[in-house]
Amino acid sequence: MTQSQKSTLFSNGPYYGPYGGRFIPEILIPAVEELEAAYDEARSDSAFQTSLHNLLTAYAGRPTPLTPARRLSAALGGAQIYLKREDLAHTGAHKINNALGQALLAKRMGKHRIVAETGAGQHGVATATACALLGLDCIIYMGTTDIERQKLNVLRMELLGAEVRGVDAGSRTLKDAINEAIRDWVTNVTTTYYLLGSALGPHPYPRIVRDFQRVIGVEARRQILEAESRLPNLLIACVGGGSNAIGLFHPFLEDADVRMIGVEAGGTGVESGRHAARFATSGRSAHVQSRVGVLHGTQTYVLQDADGQIALTHSISAGLDYAAVGPEHAWLQEIHRTTYTYATDDEALEALQRLAALEGIIPALESAHAVAEAIKQAPQLSPDDLIIINISGRGDKDMHTVAEVLGL
Amino acid sequence: MNPIEATFERLRRSRRTALMPFLTLGYPDRDSALSLVPAIVNAGADMVELGIPFSDPLADGATIQAASQRALENGMTLRRCLDQATILRRQGITVPFILMGYYNPLLQFGIQSLASEAAAAGINGFIIPDLPPEEAGLVGRAFEDEALDLIFLLAPTADESRIRIVAGYSHGFVYLVSLVGVTGARNTLSLDLMDFVKRVRALTDKPLAVGFGISTPEQAGLVGGVADGVIVGSALVKEIGTSPKPETAAAAFVAALRAELDREA
Repeated sequence: MTQSQKSTLFSNGPYYGPYGGRFIPEILIPAVEELEAAYDEARSDSAFQTSLHNLLTAYAGRPTPLTPARRLSAALGGAQIYLKREDLAHTGAHKINNALGQALLAKRMGKHRIVAETGAGQHGVATATACALLGLDCIIYMGTTDIERQKLNVLRMELLGAEVRGVDAGSRTLKDAINEAIRDWVTNVTTTYYLLGSALGPHPYPRIVRDFQRVIGVEARRQILEAESRLPNLLIACVGGGSNAIGLFHPFLEDADVRMIGVEAGGTGVESGRHAARFATSGRSAHVQSRVGVLHGTQTYVLQDADGQIALTHSISAGLDYAAVGPEHAWLQEIHRTTYTYATDDEALEALQRLAALEGIIPALESAHAVAEAIKQAPQLSPDDLIIINISGRGDKDMHTVAEVLGL
Repeated sequence: MNPIEATFERLRRSRRTALMPFLTLGYPDRDSALSLVPAIVNAGADMVELGIPFSDPLADGATIQAASQRALENGMTLRRCLDQATILRRQGITVPFILMGYYNPLLQFGIQSLASEAAAAGINGFIIPDLPPEEAGLVGRAFEDEALDLIFLLAPTADESRIRIVAGYSHGFVYLVSLVGVTGARNTLSLDLMDFVKRVRALTDKPLAVGFGISTPEQAGLVGGVADGVIVGSALVKEIGTSPKPETAAAAFVAALRAELDREA
């Protein structure tokens, strides 16, 4: 790989090609500058890295296994499928990797009040957990629609000592929770650390979140080499903001033969307008269009109407139900390093049931979108091919939704 | 000289403070601005800040969020904002118009088209609360060609170097955010406000207008004692939203602000 190919592939921000940036109120500029400086310092401080490593291993349960999915592979009759088991990380999802990293960073910066947004509740639970562990005050903003469909996670956050504040604006989902978390941050900027949960927002957040999630891909790469003595042919991960996907993909970017597919929420079908498929619908002339725009501090693909008002999205999985996508994904797509597709609500539900029945693993509805794509891909590949699916979280939190939809 | 600068200059010579009320366009009804703007100008507004509604106004508190939401439900668009400005100019309203809007709707309209169409509609400047100077290259160049002022905000958390950067890029005036927080009426002014204005004053000759949280004529008067301009938004939007006769309520409130500012002068 030449130097210029490398420089196209890798960025530490603020920009990923034309994407990214810092489109935020002036009052937050000193805060993100302070954060960037603190992060750079922490990154090169071996004591910080050791503390984080110790928490990830002794507390969060890393490394998570890479499990061969033998019965699923046999049933599909194509590639051999492996599952990266982020569902087995403490709190049940990959979100803990980032929450522990940023909470440690906040503590190092002397900020003892943490605010965060949550969609599915997984980032909220992970943040509340990290705050309980490190003795930090924790306030979680969550849309009231999400509170309704993720009751279990609300209870968990409260038990962990966090204050959950319902957000009753807009679509009452992740987007609105982020608005409110940013308003809190604006108001309490000198004392408060905003612990953003996905690879989005103003620089340096997309980079920080990616760096803390890279552990997924670093482990998976080592584990597949140990198990198969070769690299996988295909990586598949679901993409809401895109943190679990970028975490898995990033350590493989230079491996030119490794394909990567990000799976967005197709909702009730992209023609219906009720979805959160930012890439899959780009350029379509529906009422809800995906175009390059600016939301929550970053320039990227955004689902919006013709006037630039942010669209109300829909997905059966709260964690994918968001109008924008992380800027680094927008860039990797543009240079054709990664591709993106979508799975509908129905396909995700079917994939969830199939993985449960064949492998004894109930994935989160978010991760089930990645499984749904693997179900489409595997039969087209040869038995010599290897697929890694990121099972970004476990499905316990979704049992209420699944029961309702399946009439159980 | 751009009309905004000229207005500050004229007021400075007569030792008066610029009064800049803020309205959300499309609120409470889609075409309300066509009667509200003349009412507040007659009541003593020196410039008018016109808010373009956005679905996700993350620097705004509850009052302006609700007004924006209602305006969007009323069918307000950026195109209609420009059309209303054009109509107001035809009605003979001459005070400077400053559009306040979040970046995404402006970007989707097309920055070049926006610059030329806004200038043609009689707009004199823009405030874009989620566009700091670092990201404003594209907008700045397009606006310069059309003699539109791009006004930047400064927050009390800014240090000396940040003040120099933002004040340096800001055209027309510098918008000082009175407090650490989002927009919205407050009972009291921030204790650090006077000190903040003085710190900025020491570093730039540009006019300084203060906004966020200024709710009463008394508060406006206090701010008018140190700043060149006073911006009143949420408190006015609240008056408009709660009165059965929005024009009368808006005019009475602006007249009270004007009287207090002139008394201080």
